[in-house]
Amino acid sequence: MKIHEYQGKELFRKYGVPTPRGILALSPNEAEAAATELGTSVSVVKAQIHAGGRGKGGGVKLAKSPAEAKDLAGQMLGMKLKTIQTGPEGQTVHKVYIEEGLAIGQELYLGVTLDRATSRITFMASREGGVEIEEVAATHPEKILRESVDPVVGFRDFQGRKLAFGLGLSGPTVNKFVQFCSALYRMYVETDAALVEINPLVILKDGGVVALDAKVNFDENALYRHKDLLEYRDVAEEDPREAQAKEHDLAYIALDGNIGCMVNGAGLAMATMDTIKLVGGNPANFLDVGGGATKEKVTSAFKLILADPNVKAVLVNIFGGIMKCDVIAEGIIAAAKEVQLKVPLVVRLEGTNVEKGKELLANSGLAITPADNLRQAAEKAVAAVK
Amino acid sequence: MSILVNENTKVLCQGITGSAGSFHSKQMLEYGTKLVAGVTPGKGGTKFEDKVPVFNTVAEAVKETGANTSVIFVPPPFAADSIMEAADAGISLIITITEGIPVNDMIKAKRYIQGIPGVRLVGPNCPGVITPGAQCKIGIMPGHIHKPGRIGVVSRSGTLTYEAVHQLTQLGLGQSTAVGIGGDPVNGTDFVDVLKLFNEDPETDAVIMIGEIGGSAEETAAEYVAREFTKPIAGFIAGQSAPPGKRMGHAGAIISGGKGTAAEKIKAMEAAGILMAPSPTELGTTLQEAVKRGPPKKKS
Repeated sequence: MKIHEYQGKELFRKYGVPTPRGILALSPNEAEAAATELGTSVSVVKAQIHAGGRGKGGGVKLAKSPAEAKDLAGQMLGMKLKTIQTGPEGQTVHKVYIEEGLAIGQELYLGVTLDRATSRITFMASREGGVEIEEVAATHPEKILRESVDPVVGFRDFQGRKLAFGLGLSGPTVNKFVQFCSALYRMYVETDAALVEINPLVILKDGGVVALDAKVNFDENALYRHKDLLEYRDVAEEDPREAQAKEHDLAYIALDGNIGCMVNGAGLAMATMDTIKLVGGNPANFLDVGGGATKEKVTSAFKLILADPNVKAVLVNIFGGIMKCDVIAEGIIAAAKEVQLKVPLVVRLEGTNVEKGKELLANSGLAITPADNLRQAAEKAVAAVK
Repeated sequence: MSILVNENTKVLCQGITGSAGSFHSKQMLEYGTKLVAGVTPGKGGTKFEDKVPVFNTVAEAVKETGANTSVIFVPPPFAADSIMEAADAGISLIITITEGIPVNDMIKAKRYIQGIPGVRLVGPNCPGVITPGAQCKIGIMPGHIHKPGRIGVVSRSGTLTYEAVHQLTQLGLGQSTAVGIGGDPVNGTDFVDVLKLFNEDPETDAVIMIGEIGGSAEETAAEYVAREFTKPIAGFIAGQSAPPGKRMGHAGAIISGGKGTAAEKIKAMEAAGILMAPSPTELGTTLQEAVKRGPPKKKS
């Protein structure tokens, strides 16, 4: 689950990770009042969307007066902000965050996430702060310092010092940085975060260490034990169909093709999309109905797929496994009737009782095209949309 | 021989009285698996299906039945604890089927079992392990699509593994052992571990390896194959058509150092001498081709 920068900073403060002072604004007038209350000669107006790269996209601007903060907020609110992480359609800005201006000495990068290779939480730090960090990682990996955390003892002070001295910090700033990292690790573990990224982390002219940005994602599988964090969910930032899919325990990702797909298992779902492309078609979505493929799940999956106006045909590919194909076929027929399916439906079933399942589909009175294997299914679906 | 599981494997099921645990335990018994015990705290002393004794703790089950392998169906909030309990009780192979275990729980469980020599974890979020020749099926895969034989199967995906096995069986190619390693970010046994076992198994003649986009496990496996693997090997990567998508941030990309795309993985695997299936409908036939072609050539 992703959250906004202002929410991430709220959590930071709760755990003692220093941030600038800031106030959320939902209107230009609120932005002006916020800048006045902060009282600094310069304030920063930051668009709140669930994507990075906001600075370059025009979503972070300096205001030299509360009146200017009002103007800038007026420009940002309601605009479609396009960044390298939003995709070409952009994301609408509904909220802005007004922050105090600070005397910045140096900009750094700090990221915390799981390293799959070691199965440990890893800190990554670099002197090359700013949005070019990925390029740095690709061209100069040695410029990114890493510290892997042993889960038994947690993040140790010596690791913080290694990072701090490696970044070229000195004096009292070193200990401030160590404390910063320790607090951040505690937050990461206690909230079951999946990613915390601070880009930039700044060293102030007075030696202070402050998180100027906050990108925080949480492990969806652990949210059951963090009811408080669920309040941070902002449905306006999520694709409505993906949010609906989540409610029905389906994994769905909208794509731009015209063949709707319903498959059990993520790997087979991807393989089905690959096959559609291979035979000259274009998948409209990725959809994993999970192992069960019950009538209820198939019905909600059909509804989800058909809500996309681009869908001209639906391909169902279910490898029955332990579930019997006749049971799955009954589910598909009942679901197709319930949603009054009007587009061509191609079904490929495999597993126990496959013949019985095919017979049921053939005698259903519905316009269902059966297929014997994945390639044939993809070819028939592609032919149906042409 | 086969790998990991065989006729001497004595299985206990943690979570045997839950809905998934009991359903699949019945299926395992029907297939012929030596399921000797179940564990559900508070239900000790009862019997599953009138024959499999249920215990309160894994330690007790091991002491009474000599179980050496555990299969876990415990719900996600308690699954990591179950993994550690199995390791503590002296179980040497822990196969975790449960999907949706929090990452931080798995980080701790993995660290815990690393401290106990001789313990191997498979999964979590995997279909399990099956050796058709020994009638030993541990997990949720449909037994009937398998056939005893000499092809090793290793895969990160569930249903795509079934697709591969099904195609092999239809071509008359039986399997020595099929292993689903699971797709979670923190898991136990990886591709390299399984490939090493297949490389040393006299009853495995060739291997098919099925990966998917994300992470760098396939690239690491390719390096191993190039270096040491001596048997014909075919491969496939699912997700070749997946769009790059909206990204979460930079950290994921940095940690994998630009690895993880389908193109990158296919390139690495081909360079290692793995014959790549052009489509998921050609998994079986590609394995046949790989066998004809012989083992990957080693650079001297």
